[in-house]
Amino acid sequence: MSGKPKLHYFNGRGRMESIRWLLAAAGVEFEECFLETKDDLTKLQKDGSLLFQQVPMVEMDGMKMVQTRAILSYIAAKYNLYGKDLKERALIDMYVEAVIDLNELLMTHTFQPADKKEQHFATIVDKATNRYFPVYEKVLKDHGQDFLVGNRLSRADVQLLETLLMAEECKPDILVKFPLLQVIEWTLNGQ
Amino acid sequence: MSGKPKLHYTNGRGKMESIRWLLAAAGVEFEEEFIETKEDLEKLRNDGVLMFQQVPMVEIDGMKMVQTRAILSYIAAKYNLYGKDLKERAWIDMYVEGTTDLMGMMMYLPFQPADTKEKNLALIIERATTRYFPVYEKALKDHGHDYLVGNKLSWADIHLLEAILMAEECKPDILSAFPLLQAFKGRTSNIPTIKKFLQPGSQRKPPTDEKFVAIVRKIFNI
Repeated sequence: MSGKPKLHYFNGRGRMESIRWLLAAAGVEFEECFLETKDDLTKLQKDGSLLFQQVPMVEMDGMKMVQTRAILSYIAAKYNLYGKDLKERALIDMYVEAVIDLNELLMTHTFQPADKKEQHFATIVDKATNRYFPVYEKVLKDHGQDFLVGNRLSRADVQLLETLLMAEECKPDILVKFPLLQVIEWTLNGQ
Repeated sequence: MSGKPKLHYTNGRGKMESIRWLLAAAGVEFEEEFIETKEDLEKLRNDGVLMFQQVPMVEIDGMKMVQTRAILSYIAAKYNLYGKDLKERAWIDMYVEGTTDLMGMMMYLPFQPADTKEKNLALIIERATTRYFPVYEKALKDHGHDYLVGNKLSWADIHLLEAILMAEECKPDILSAFPLLQAFKGRTSNIPTIKKFLQPGSQRKPPTDEKFVAIVRKIFNI
């Protein structure tokens, strides 16, 4: 029993990746138990380890936590990455929920059938550069600070960074019009 | 300026309904401004009041909040419906995510093409009765309390009641194998603020019908 959180998922990004990012950003070492076959998943389901029969599942602090958002919120709060009060938390939640929406789009790109891929790619680029990135660029511009909320690192910055990097994998110059987002990438990479 | 929260959405359930439920259960009076046409939505967007160009949007405590979960979390925390500590909060979050998934399926059902509707309805019923309801039934059985978490009313209970009533609209006897959920439903429906919300004339919205689907498609271009 190591006391370290133990992550149960496939050996890939999916919905667990944001959790890996947040734990890592919080400096928390964790172990991983990879599901490699359908039987691995079935075993977990039959064990009663998965509250709603689904992964991600993270064993931590005596709980078998499921539901990505619940897990992320718990980690963020535990490691002081969730703002200092209710209002900061509200802002963080708003920023994070939108990042999750964009992340979903990016994540589902590889699963698109060949004939839909091009249009999906166009949707990603359109939403990223017209709906989401301008908001974060403006937030950083308006307060001039290094982090999105409360002048200190929060889950919003970590989850945004994850998504920025993923977006660049999709289209390397996607941040060309967003100088402050480029800076935050650079700043956070130094954390 | 009334000081009451102001909800911006279409005149129907959608993603705003859980917010209406939570405010009502917390005993918070709220106002609503309905988006009736595409132009109404465009105006909100052009006014710059929708952070990500989307609704729900709730004006509350000097903020224009967007993103359903962000809004719900804020309301739950503000009105002490989010447990007493981090662990209770974690359980509430897990339970709420489950009912969110289930209600999400039901929310989209009216928008499905006719040929897949029946299949999707069957899937909803299967998931409700084999994946979701057993979890909440067991939670109540294991601790024997009236509420899901911490022996006190929380967001998880309100959300579960909303999901149960929605599921019953899909299949009236859907709780037949869940005696504790039936009792839970009876008890929770009788909480004064919730009882009031369940009465005709409240701000609770009716089930989504074809007419409303058409309006939504038009406004949101879907």
